[in-house]
Amino acid sequence: MAGKDDVKVLGVVVSPFAIRVRIALNMKGVSYEYMEEDLTNKSELLLSSNPIHKKVPVLIHGGKPICESLVIVQYVDEVFPGAAVLPSDPYDRAVARFWAAYVDDKMFPPMVAFLLAVTEEERAAKAEETLAAMAQLEKAFGECSGGKPFFGGDSIGYVDLALGSNLQWLETSYQMFGVALLDAVKTPLLTAWAKRFVEADAAKGVVPDTALAVEFCKKLRAR
Amino acid sequence: MAAGGGDDLKLLGMWASPYVLRVKLALALKGIDYEYVEVDLKNKSELLLTSNPVHQKVPVLIHNGKPICESQIIVQYLDDAFPDAGAPLLPSDPHDRALARFWAAFNDETLVKASNQASWGKTEEEKAEGEKKVLEALEKMEIGMRECSKGKPFFGGDDVGFVDVMLGGFLAWVRATDAMRGVKRFDPDATPLLAAWAERFVELDVAKALMPEVDKLIEFAKVLQARAAASA
Repeated sequence: MAGKDDVKVLGVVVSPFAIRVRIALNMKGVSYEYMEEDLTNKSELLLSSNPIHKKVPVLIHGGKPICESLVIVQYVDEVFPGAAVLPSDPYDRAVARFWAAYVDDKMFPPMVAFLLAVTEEERAAKAEETLAAMAQLEKAFGECSGGKPFFGGDSIGYVDLALGSNLQWLETSYQMFGVALLDAVKTPLLTAWAKRFVEADAAKGVVPDTALAVEFCKKLRAR
Repeated sequence: MAAGGGDDLKLLGMWASPYVLRVKLALALKGIDYEYVEVDLKNKSELLLTSNPVHQKVPVLIHNGKPICESQIIVQYLDDAFPDAGAPLLPSDPHDRALARFWAAFNDETLVKASNQASWGKTEEEKAEGEKKVLEALEKMEIGMRECSKGKPFFGGDDVGFVDVMLGGFLAWVRATDAMRGVKRFDPDATPLLAAWAERFVELDVAKALMPEVDKLIEFAKVLQARAAASA
């Protein structure tokens, strides 16, 4: 029985895409029902709410589903009052959208490929690609933050959500393979930012323990 | 209605690019004046390299000296930065906006990717797999058309909107590849709504004025195919 304002999130605890949605909802002080999905046995609700992709996250607001994490984050920003996720200035919004897209298009794919790589060769190649993306993001942080603690300035914004939701996976790369994709020497600004991100109120309890990500990765690699 | 006094707008583009066409369509729909600069992608200009150092691609919109990159981002920027220039391309209702963004993302991440594999896959097998994915994606896009248009002529409803522009940017290439393959990509039997929409879109004044000529695209496609074969 969906109340017209009920908010449900279908997700997976280690999914960066689900994590960013949950942090956005926390930023707005919105309470929601969280449902953990088993991606090897997807729920009827997931399949009917996201028939096109059958993926998480899905936000169900008053019974209506919204899919695709950045689409959901923008929806949450537009519908719920409270801390702004995207800046109000049109140019700043464009810059934020650019870097969030960059995270998803250029950082995430090689990072996942690294974690699932079968050969040392492939792992090395994907590490290089991911590190190149992280180097760009380090530069971007300098530009976007303007000396402030987050990409979004004084508080978490759109790009912080996009990148910060991946931190447990960057940490997993180190724990499982000894490769620091978030490297304190290569990307000092991002390293310091990462500590601030996971300590932020909205992120607490949402960014999972790396142990969970490691376990998830091991299962995926075993398949 | 020209851009507000004192606005300096430049669009770096390439005549055959569907992504550039999207931005041209959006600018035309909004009646915004700009200077168009054709870029030679085999010999990229200093201006392109400094305006889009990360991707070094077109389109790039330069507004009062500040560059904006990525066609979907540029078009949303136009909505945000020129609120008085005609109706916004994204709908006003947040749920409809989410739907529009969803289908625009679907187009780029699923349909276009599959089309590229179907056209440019390295092996016949890859191309065949791409073709299969295209047909699946088109079926889903048909659902998107139904969801977004709610029975009206465009994804945006009565008027052209965001998804119309995103998908519409590709129609010149669709016509070119249809002519080259002798097959209709938007099959009126398989995807009646999309087929009708495509016919409608290419008849728009802005489409007629801006879409590159199909013959030129076919010629260009042959050049690209030759280049791809040479580097295989």
